[in-house]
Amino acid sequence: MTATAIRIQESALAPEAAVLDHTLPAGEPYLLAIDKGQTLRIVDLEGNQAVDVIFYNRDDGAEHYSATETLLRQGGIYLTTGSVLYSDDGNPMLTLVADTCGRHDTLGGACAAESNTVRYALQKKFMHSCRDNYLTALQHADIGLGKRDLVPNINFFMNVPVTESGDLSFADGVSAPGKYVELRAEMNLWMLVSNCPQLNNPCNAYNPTPARFLLWNPQ
Amino acid sequence: MEHPGPALDNPPAAAPVDATEHWRRFAPDLPADKVMFSELVPGGGHWSYRLPRGTTLRITALDAGANLSLVLYSAQEKLERYNMPDSLKAQHTAHYTRGHVLMSDMGRAMASITSDTLGWHDPLGLLLDNRLMHEKYGSHPYQENRNGMIRSGRDGLLIEIGKYGLAKRDLVAPVNFFSKVTVDAEGRFRYVPDHARAGDHVDLRLDMDVLVAFSAAPHPLNPAPIYPANKVGLAVWRSGPAQGDDYCRRFRPENARALHNTDMLYLT
Repeated sequence: MTATAIRIQESALAPEAAVLDHTLPAGEPYLLAIDKGQTLRIVDLEGNQAVDVIFYNRDDGAEHYSATETLLRQGGIYLTTGSVLYSDDGNPMLTLVADTCGRHDTLGGACAAESNTVRYALQKKFMHSCRDNYLTALQHADIGLGKRDLVPNINFFMNVPVTESGDLSFADGVSAPGKYVELRAEMNLWMLVSNCPQLNNPCNAYNPTPARFLLWNPQ
Repeated sequence: MEHPGPALDNPPAAAPVDATEHWRRFAPDLPADKVMFSELVPGGGHWSYRLPRGTTLRITALDAGANLSLVLYSAQEKLERYNMPDSLKAQHTAHYTRGHVLMSDMGRAMASITSDTLGWHDPLGLLLDNRLMHEKYGSHPYQENRNGMIRSGRDGLLIEIGKYGLAKRDLVAPVNFFSKVTVDAEGRFRYVPDHARAGDHVDLRLDMDVLVAFSAAPHPLNPAPIYPANKVGLAVWRSGPAQGDDYCRRFRPENARALHNTDMLYLT
């Protein structure tokens, strides 16, 4: 088991050597195929933007990132350098090989129109949400994934501490402009992203911002 | 507390329905005219029910250290299911007790905790799988162990949801009743031993028609060196749905809205 204290690790990879360099505007979905051995970097361009991500095995869509399997194996709730993301079948999907933010959330999930009615007000239901983004991407891609596959996701760059007394808090962000996390794919993957459009939550200062994705082939 | 062994005699033909009123021993405070049925779940046992809105599932730890991993799906639309992150963030909690509501991914209350003698049930969703079970407890195959074979919580839940056409991709993070896991400042789990005592119980009111599936396999962080086969008693009773002054409805404004969203399914 690895402890989950903040572990800052910078990357030596050069952006000009990347095979993909994509800036995802605020509030947008994104579906990307990643090959085993490739390295993915996600950059929080303007700071404290929630990048909501679920990974699937591209060779078997029934196998998905599992928050609970990941947490059970590392013995704690936060992700940082060295964390391994496991699937529901207990297979390693990705490894965090660099992280300049130091903490990423595994428990907060993705916002939805329906959960917005619970958390904020019934009349929020027509605002944009991550789960609408996920469904948009999956409906258009038609790759055999759907609502049942929208499992608890990772919120990169978000800080959602659990207190000893059993409260869940939404703390001030630990991220900042330019902070990034880098992951090495351990299998062929689909990465499903919602660059969170939430406007009701102070965690992003009510200001969703773009995120940048870079991909490198194995060195 | 005694419970029937695995080699029960079959009932006599003159009284062929062996529906024992177990609840009279472990939940005698329940009103007799409201109880629908009850069940003794052996350690590691798993089962599932379809339960209607307005019934309450009384769950009682019959042995100290019991654990019940439980998942919920809407009986009318199985794509709607219990959602751990939505429930936790709506209530800003990492533990469940009286007043808390288990919410679906569709923003509705599925079940509410209306009474609780324990004060903390683990919502973090960790589940014993076969890998960890074999690492911790070794191999206990059927051929050598017969009914002493042990089953992981994950396999128990996969069997149960499979009875309704749900597959492993549909298995959601469960609630672990009677277990307590805290998280320290660095995010590390700490399993609290000796948490549930024999007799501790919780009432889980079903706010919509649900499929409920459960396994009484041990919590994956339970450090016991031998598979803890702790028993759980279940009783289902007619409580009626949440009224306007319901404790859970008033516990938090989020819960009032989640229960409202469920009530909207049952307008007549």
